[in-house]
Amino acid sequence: MNYIRLDIWDLALAALLLLGVAALSLLLQLRIERRLLLAGLRCALQLALVGLVLTKLFELVSPWWTGLAALAMVLFAGREIMARQERGFHALWAYGIGTSAMLMAAALVTVFALTTQVKPEPWYDPRYALPLLGMILGNTMTGIALGLQRLTEGARQQRAGIEALLCLGATRRKAMLPVTRQALTTALMPIINALAATGLVSLPGMMTGQILAGVEPLEAVKYQLMIMFMIAGGTTLGAVTAVFVGVHRLTDNRDRLRLDRLAGE
Amino acid sequence: MLTVTNLSRPGLEPTSFELAAGACIALRGPSGAGKTLLLRALADLDPNEGDVLLDGVPRDRIPAPLWRRRVGYVPAEPGWWSERLAEHFQDWDAQAGPARRLKISPSAAERRVSQLSTGERQRLALLRALEHRPEVLLLDEPTGPLDEETTAAVEALLREKQSNGLALFWVTHDKRQAERVAERRFWIDSGRLREAALEDARKR
Repeated sequence: MNYIRLDIWDLALAALLLLGVAALSLLLQLRIERRLLLAGLRCALQLALVGLVLTKLFELVSPWWTGLAALAMVLFAGREIMARQERGFHALWAYGIGTSAMLMAAALVTVFALTTQVKPEPWYDPRYALPLLGMILGNTMTGIALGLQRLTEGARQQRAGIEALLCLGATRRKAMLPVTRQALTTALMPIINALAATGLVSLPGMMTGQILAGVEPLEAVKYQLMIMFMIAGGTTLGAVTAVFVGVHRLTDNRDRLRLDRLAGE
Repeated sequence: MLTVTNLSRPGLEPTSFELAAGACIALRGPSGAGKTLLLRALADLDPNEGDVLLDGVPRDRIPAPLWRRRVGYVPAEPGWWSERLAEHFQDWDAQAGPARRLKISPSAAERRVSQLSTGERQRLALLRALEHRPEVLLLDEPTGPLDEETTAAVEALLREKQSNGLALFWVTHDKRQAERVAERRFWIDSGRLREAALEDARKR
């Protein structure tokens, strides 16, 4: 493939832009220069590390090392879900619900894509498996974090209405249905927006990357479409699973609303 | 009908009493004494311990949704899950008669629930609970926000249901109302429930 390699000086020039805006912030006393530079530095280190690890993994093509890398990605994403809960489930529960729902959804969708559509040889070839999993994980993670947050927030705000339904003989699932719907709508909003706006407003990063790497636009589009469908499927599966487990945890087997199981009660 | 033995939960000491079909117990006590905690425990809305039997059947042998349909609960500030009033009833049209008796204006259904007055919502929540034909009804200040005339209408409607066998457990802060509606009067303070007659006897 014909693509233009970047050398270290090209990167230095790009980094100069960051330094430039940091100087601007200093000049205007905006106080964002420190955070901006630190984040940029962190980004550079993380990506350099990932580049090294990926190079090694691509050489090995080992199912064990690939699986281990995938597991590490899932665990990191689970931590992110936990960190985004405000007055929601207790940390361990948020981590447990989020990680297991994400593991289930992302693994299912990634293996589906690898074995039936992309079909690399072997199917777990990290060059395909890890980027695919990464994209699906990133979106599923956001969906689950949003869904769980909206669920716990909604249950708190609409407690009186939920308990009114329970008092009239509704089961816990029926009483929680309005908040369940709101949580899933919130969880799926970003991916639905992305599906609708893709191409018109934004060119997806992966497609841009492929085009820059010399792939024909129509070929890149096909890849992007597949990825978008996988992401939509994975996010929905993950969010539905997490929200349903969340509803279960927020209620008990006597069909009571158990807000006492949330942090800060 | 309702047999309560050693019912307890945080904030409520073990409590035992019986409520017969068609009977009414009035409960009074200072705020924060545990009146609402007791009602919520009876409706099984919060974790609690002890034996509660309905017609001799322990409640853990009755699915919770069915239990709450038979032992209805109308809180002091009833909740609403939709802005459309009719959605809260199985058959809103069938409520025209009882609604008129409770002096609810026929246009109530055309307004959003949040635009109804506190008193209207209180009475509508009572109708909503009665629609499921409970055998026991737990009432938390059902006439709290009502004037004398509407209070009398609510009391009359409930008395009629009582003569058909409905048992009432009625929380009120009004001593005269307690004497009017109930043959047995309980007093609760710091989570300790006592029958008022016994309390009077002890004082004497």
